Amino acid sequence: MLKLEKRPQPSRLWTWVTPLLAVVITMLAGGALFAALGKDPVEAIATIFWQPLFGEFAFYYRPQLLIKGAPLILIAIGLSLGFRAGIWNIGAEGQYIVGALTGAGVGLAFYPTESVLIFPLMVLAGALGGWGWAMIPAVLKLRFGTNEILVSLMLVYVAEQLLAAMALGPMKNPEGMGFPGSRNLRQYESAHNAELITGTGMHWGVVAAFIAVIFAYVLLTRHSLGYHIRLTGQAPRAARFAGVRPARLVLVCLGTAGALAGLAGMFEVSGPAGQVSIDFNVGYGFTAIIVAFLGRLHPLGILLAGLLMALTYIGGEIAQSNMGLPAAAIQLFQGMLLFFLLAVDVLTNYRIRLARREVA
Amino acid sequence: MDMGSISPELLLASLMVAATPILLAALGELVVERAGVLNLGVEGMMITGAICGFAVAVNSGSPAFGFVAAAGGGAVLALLFAALTQVALANQVASGLALTLFGLGLSSLLGQGYVGIKPPPVARLDIPLLGDIPFLGRVLFSHDLMVYFGLALVGLIWWMLKYSRAGLILRAVGENHDAAHALGYKVVRIRVAAILFGGACAGLGGAYISLIRVPQWTEGMTAGAGWIALALVVFASWKAGRVLLGAWLFGGVTVLQLNLQAAGFAIPVEYLSMSPYLITILVLVIMAGDKSRAPASLGRIFHASQ
Repeated sequence: MLKLEKRPQPSRLWTWVTPLLAVVITMLAGGALFAALGKDPVEAIATIFWQPLFGEFAFYYRPQLLIKGAPLILIAIGLSLGFRAGIWNIGAEGQYIVGALTGAGVGLAFYPTESVLIFPLMVLAGALGGWGWAMIPAVLKLRFGTNEILVSLMLVYVAEQLLAAMALGPMKNPEGMGFPGSRNLRQYESAHNAELITGTGMHWGVVAAFIAVIFAYVLLTRHSLGYHIRLTGQAPRAARFAGVRPARLVLVCLGTAGALAGLAGMFEVSGPAGQVSIDFNVGYGFTAIIVAFLGRLHPLGILLAGLLMALTYIGGEIAQSNMGLPAAAIQLFQGMLLFFLLAVDVLTNYRIRLARREVA
Repeated sequence: MDMGSISPELLLASLMVAATPILLAALGELVVERAGVLNLGVEGMMITGAICGFAVAVNSGSPAFGFVAAAGGGAVLALLFAALTQVALANQVASGLALTLFGLGLSSLLGQGYVGIKPPPVARLDIPLLGDIPFLGRVLFSHDLMVYFGLALVGLIWWMLKYSRAGLILRAVGENHDAAHALGYKVVRIRVAAILFGGACAGLGGAYISLIRVPQWTEGMTAGAGWIALALVVFASWKAGRVLLGAWLFGGVTVLQLNLQAAGFAIPVEYLSMSPYLITILVLVIMAGDKSRAPASLGRIFHASQ
């Protein structure tokens, strides 16, 4: 009979081993899944994890790693602050969409004026848009005590409808022959989030992601606010006695997450995506939740987890075109990762002991 | 715009239909939360139920088998949640989110061959005499069996929680799991049973969407119904009767906005489609003051050593 025994404090070793273990188990279970779909499991796993990095066309896929990883990291960093403090913003997808809309809206408003000021303005607008969207659950929580999980999630669906309304209405390209979708910002130099170094995939969003990682690291390890966030997560009562104001934390955590998600959306719409279209969002806001947990809510962990998750996106696309692996299988694969991570996490907080069955 | 084209009779009748999926899912979640477990995976279990029910109904030609399979599918997914939260003692919020992400992926994988297929039709019960009453007959007495199943479930759960011994134990576990444990109740077993029941109900709700309400299969077709069901439980202050009221309210909003869309109301369709979600937020704001009814152990991890 196995028995769980609570550790006095979480194991430092297992904290870092469990994510790796979860990845390995996911590979095994994913392999079984792919085999069940009639694909060679070894080839499928190799296609997903090896091809993008070291395969024949790696020169094309490696830049994609930064392009796909940047929004994930940017959003996950913001989410991780709240998750640490027990503030559950799961509506990052909505904040991402609204950030993209406000950012692109500013750019489109200035069309066709050329100026170096337009892009910085768009960045600001994107961050503000995401921030504002995240302030809705924050303010409702503080003012009325509503549950931020449900409100932020509901706002994702609202944002999706807003996106459709914008792509079909006010932001529609007047020269687009009636097709839905805005003007392509990549053809508008002042608003284009261009590659900074050709062939690397490096754009302003990637820069922002790296800056966010560094700032979050400093915040959490060196700043009193970061200490308050960690304290609130670990011992809410103690935090209140220590003078931490929960209201301020809610505003800061949700606001930061919203602003970062908004930035991610803005960089995406002005660069890789190019235009506001109905199917602009691809679920980065939800995948970022997996990234945040896989990275153990730690900035450096999130950096690595974001790149790994980007790898599964890219590898998944390759496996889709080369092996005919359905896109949904990759989605399921990513979902499994979070599942196994949460499952093996028990080893961080508990010891497994053999125990004789006793009379209770 | 033509408001005259909206018939109150049909509106109320379709309200009953629109309310049923969220009613079923919310009732299941109500029982889960009364046992002290917060399962945020309702959306994932619903969509899994939707595809399981659809696939089995199409292949067997019997909607009844479909609904059974949907309940099974939802329960299997819920079992994963139970394993994570009750055995591996994982955080319930994170596990629920994982369940939803997993369920969405799983359902779109399972549903690949089923896009654009029509499921076998579900017969409407034509209750003699009652069904012939003008207006009320159409509104109340000419629906499919699942509508009445949902209504019966409301009564059953209300009675069980209020008057039965099993309900008392369930509530004890939800209010104070340590005390319930000390009294010798098997906290984990009771919670796992509640979670499975919640999963089966969510699965039924999902299958109701794919087999009757829509009826066809499209990816992500539950479109937040599971989350609305979660909000409904809060709205209902964890009471079965109020869940029914809430479900009718949301059913009404959904049906009304669809009717306004069809009538060519002068607002773009997208803004009308937002309304159920906005109403949910509004309701959460109004009801947020009344937290006193929440089960005291809701969302807390139980480990016998602590």
